[in-house]
Amino acid sequence: MDRTGIAPRLRHAEHVMGTVVSFDVPAWAGGPDGALGAAVRWLHRVDATFSPFREDSDVSRHGRGALALADCAPELAEVLAACAAVTEASGGYFTVTPGGGLDPSGYVKGWAIERAAAMLTAAGSAGHSVNGGGDVRCAGARGDGQPWRVGIADPLRPGVLALVVTGRDFAVATSGNAERGSHVIDPHTGRPAAGLASITVTGPDLGLADAYATAALAMGPDGCGWVAARCAEDGYQALAILPDGSMRHTPGFTARLP
Amino acid sequence: MRRVILAITGTVAGLVALLSFKSHSPAIPAVTTSGTGMSSSPSSGGPQGSAGPAGQGFATGAVGAVPAGERAVTGQVAGTAYGPVQIQLLMRSSTIVKVTILKQPSSTIHDLQLGQFAFPRLISETLTAQSARIDAVSGASYTSQGYIASLQSALDTRT
Repeated sequence: MDRTGIAPRLRHAEHVMGTVVSFDVPAWAGGPDGALGAAVRWLHRVDATFSPFREDSDVSRHGRGALALADCAPELAEVLAACAAVTEASGGYFTVTPGGGLDPSGYVKGWAIERAAAMLTAAGSAGHSVNGGGDVRCAGARGDGQPWRVGIADPLRPGVLALVVTGRDFAVATSGNAERGSHVIDPHTGRPAAGLASITVTGPDLGLADAYATAALAMGPDGCGWVAARCAEDGYQALAILPDGSMRHTPGFTARLP
Repeated sequence: MRRVILAITGTVAGLVALLSFKSHSPAIPAVTTSGTGMSSSPSSGGPQGSAGPAGQGFATGAVGAVPAGERAVTGQVAGTAYGPVQIQLLMRSSTIVKVTILKQPSSTIHDLQLGQFAFPRLISETLTAQSARIDAVSGASYTSQGYIASLQSALDTRT
């Protein structure tokens, strides 16, 4: 603690998984043997195992039939089981074969960040946030003891926030078409999803929030209704921003507003 | 003061209009213009005498703690096609620093699917990364290159 009573913090940005993962952790978690380093190493291991862009990853080898699931990293079976449940719950709008080949990235990134945040908690951190390319997991309180504040990027106006959500232990995942073009394909039509500029899902688990956001974006205008009907009982809420800038949200989403 | 209230009136009317933006929505009165039927907010203090015709239908009063130098302006409950709507603005000088929705329609899944429940766009107008005091940004996935220009990048490099 310094004289203000606020423990020093450490911010770290790691290039991994095709994006940048930003950490806000207690300063003591730094250092080569610290909890931050362990979390970063975990993310690189996930990248090596799950990247569909690496020919030698377990996902790529299993996807082309060159490696049995039993011979893959044990986490792959766990991830595929979780993905299958979301595929079922979303009526096929979430799929692990969005482009034809095996690619569970719509769940893996959030899941990996969720695990990284849990590693920091297990190491004794009472408050940290991990942001994997726009998918955020907050744990505990921030350095000054206040709830975390996560801005939701305005998909129509780069550099501007649409609104802010707050909380202590929660996940925020956003899918949209702003940063990478229309990268979400409606699996039922094979065409880019239309109808929503972005959709944000909040809830207890970032892997599921990430997958739900992917599915809801593909659903288009019905996405919010699906989250309200199928995911709200488990603590997930959604906010959608439409191409005209209007917003719609699940009834419980307002509990996340400041 | 008059000019500020005029501005607020326009803002609230615009907000309620947004709440009923759908073209097939029936026309609705955005803000009641008579001086009666003031805000039903429990702690609102009723109309302030300085409000002229443009300010009718508004009460200035505090709901919850209002920081020093700021004041709360509570709009009248407006009936919309989807139920009652009431908002409160937190003002610093003539700047809106926060918009709080005191009352909004309880929406159903049916409403959501029909797309009839819009959240006030207005809130975004007041929020930049600096003014919102945020810790992280959630948005559509960015690449390593996209990160450089992202709001999150700005947050990571602050002290």
